[in-house]
Amino acid sequence: MGLSTFKGGIHPPDKKELSADKPITEAKPRQRVVIPLSQHLGAPCKSGVTINQEVKKGEMIGEAGGFVSASVHSSVSGKVITIGEFPNAMGKMVTSIVIENNGEEEWTILKDTPDYMSLSPDQIKEKIRDAGIVGMGGAAFPTVVKLSPPKEKPIDTVILNGVECEPYLTGDYRLMLERPMEIIEGLKIVMKSLGVKKGFVGIEDNKPKAVKTMEEAAQGQNNIEVCALPTKYPEGAEKMLIKALAGREVPPRGLPMDVSVLVQNVGTAFAIYEAVRYGKPLIERIVTVTGEGINNPKNLIVKIGTLVSHLIEECGGLRDKSVKVIAGGPMMGFAISSLDIPVTKGTSGLVALTEGEIVHAGDFKPCIRCGRCIDICPMGLMPSMLSVYSEKGFYEGAKEYDLWDCFECGSCAYVCPSKRPIVQLIRLAKSMTKP
Amino acid sequence: MEVTKKEKPLIVSISPHIKSEESVSRIMWSVNLSLMPALVMAVYFFGPRAFFITAVCIISAVLSEYYMQKVLKRKVTIGDGSAFLTGLLLGMNLPASLWSLNPFTIHVPVIGSFVAIVITKQLFGGLGYNVFNPALIGRAFLLISFPKLMTIWTEPTAAFVALDAKTTATPLGILKEEGVEKLMEVFGDKINLYMQLLIGHRGGCIGETSIIALLIGAAFLIYRGYITWHIPVSFVGTVAVLAWVFGGKGTGLFTGDPILHLLSGGLILGAFFMATDYVTCPSVKKGQIIFGIGCGALTILIRLKGGYPEGVMFAILLMNCFAPLIDRGFKTKVFGAKRK
Repeated sequence: MGLSTFKGGIHPPDKKELSADKPITEAKPRQRVVIPLSQHLGAPCKSGVTINQEVKKGEMIGEAGGFVSASVHSSVSGKVITIGEFPNAMGKMVTSIVIENNGEEEWTILKDTPDYMSLSPDQIKEKIRDAGIVGMGGAAFPTVVKLSPPKEKPIDTVILNGVECEPYLTGDYRLMLERPMEIIEGLKIVMKSLGVKKGFVGIEDNKPKAVKTMEEAAQGQNNIEVCALPTKYPEGAEKMLIKALAGREVPPRGLPMDVSVLVQNVGTAFAIYEAVRYGKPLIERIVTVTGEGINNPKNLIVKIGTLVSHLIEECGGLRDKSVKVIAGGPMMGFAISSLDIPVTKGTSGLVALTEGEIVHAGDFKPCIRCGRCIDICPMGLMPSMLSVYSEKGFYEGAKEYDLWDCFECGSCAYVCPSKRPIVQLIRLAKSMTKP
Repeated sequence: MEVTKKEKPLIVSISPHIKSEESVSRIMWSVNLSLMPALVMAVYFFGPRAFFITAVCIISAVLSEYYMQKVLKRKVTIGDGSAFLTGLLLGMNLPASLWSLNPFTIHVPVIGSFVAIVITKQLFGGLGYNVFNPALIGRAFLLISFPKLMTIWTEPTAAFVALDAKTTATPLGILKEEGVEKLMEVFGDKINLYMQLLIGHRGGCIGETSIIALLIGAAFLIYRGYITWHIPVSFVGTVAVLAWVFGGKGTGLFTGDPILHLLSGGLILGAFFMATDYVTCPSVKKGQIIFGIGCGALTILIRLKGGYPEGVMFAILLMNCFAPLIDRGFKTKVFGAKRK
């Protein structure tokens, strides 16, 4: 298969050395967890519990709110103290269930399925649905919906995304080093659920150890190929990954299923394995707590609902020089205003940035037409034109430059010598137009 | 619910949250630096007057920008190095003879800088908004307003000169007015001609003569990624090809001397430092090649058929008009779009 990479892309310093060699450790259990009823793309869940109700670990506390939705489960055993509005990473108030941890770690009844490979596709999907699994790469799209493409769009290739191209984040890397077998089994389960014959795992070549462990785990599976890809941001963007591994270009505004491909994050594959094999719902995930502004960076396995402040404390606290904390990675993540927000299914990392690294909004120059943004845009757009049109209020004009094909990777703003907030201007134009 | 007390508030703004080291100032000052070898050689050949003219241009440019931005109530940005660069480029495009007290000509560089900065740049909206290359408009204005003064070429010598220097004609001037034979008479043989042109031992504008020094500066810019090969190669390549095809004087097609044309006049200075000005050239790489070809074709057209011996300046200015149109024509194709 062609190992062509996409045209463009940038090379920010990857900063992975801060946490790459820190094995995954369990975050300290805390007194309470705050579980939002909406931590995924799609309809929010409906609460299925009442105040003072005793719940077990893994018990469903929120029912999926529609077809495109995912159920939520308690990540601890204990008692529901309150159901109310709490802020999420984006500052939005979301209905959340607060559960007091009784420290017992008492699991609800789980169904063990040792012969999981003999399950039918529908049985597999049911287990994934029951486990409330969503995409763990950050988008948090309900996985069972992704695994149910319309009949007109059959899938012939599954790709696991182990690229982790965002600087600082190392959670997927550690998972591939420590649990490669489970990830490959997860891939096999996904392929079984779709009747797919070919699977790939894409890993950036700055992670040679992970390429090795995954290759070893995939030995003997002749329809699964582990590939090292050139290290470049955003190689992990699914359209870029599909081009690199399958040689196909997803059409503009299209989805991977339009070229018969399905992409899943390695963390999601791991969660799928745990769900199908052991019946475990999605109640914890790996979070890389890192950054120049953190005293002791770590890769932690964190119960959903744990507060960010607790994790920061567990990692030695913020250094004085830290000025910004990002939920996610520094290129596409969200700057949080308060540390008292819960970790959700899509929180891949917490990055504490320092003064020298960040961009100060408001202090930008006009576009000098240097063309750097055009050269590196992975989607082949002209971000300079988009930014100028938006700046001058010509939002409809920006659509002529394929405004809605931008997936806001941030490469353009990263390279801009005038430090223009290009992504912000693009989002502004999008908010003023329809696709 | 316990709330963590945070002494220092966290900054909240939109992604991406990290930035590259690149900045407008870094680019401008790097280009300024890359022109220093050529300026040094200019002082070597033409004497301190070369430095003084350039200094007057730079100071006038920076002051013009400062006061114009104050008048227009805009943020003062002289620290970004772009006005400095315009002044430097204008100075390098002027003949050394302009530094003269009798007749007094010091006002000429000042006027040129004023036109370059105030009219060509600030009145169009400032950095990023100008249609034309400011230094070149400044020079064009001076050429049209002071045609005699702008074409008195100081004879280069290899030592610091006394106040009054002898004047000479540029190689392209000799070529146009008197033909190849006269050029050979002046320089001896072809090899000597090329060597002298390469080093800069000839009459001409302050910054255009020393090809070697200019190429060193250009190599630095290319190494740093501030300019790419697209415009210089297509510009210079077109000049070379057309000079070879059409440049023969009375000897038929395909008998021209491409090397002579490449090393003469303001071509190297123009192709590497002026046509590549970000604001006034296309921003799409494929379009830049068309731009370079256009510049080259117009340069040869003016050199061979036009009234002036040198055409680089007007060629670039004419192509500046087409830059936005070229960008429009070479709009990039979005990922995944079907090829037509």
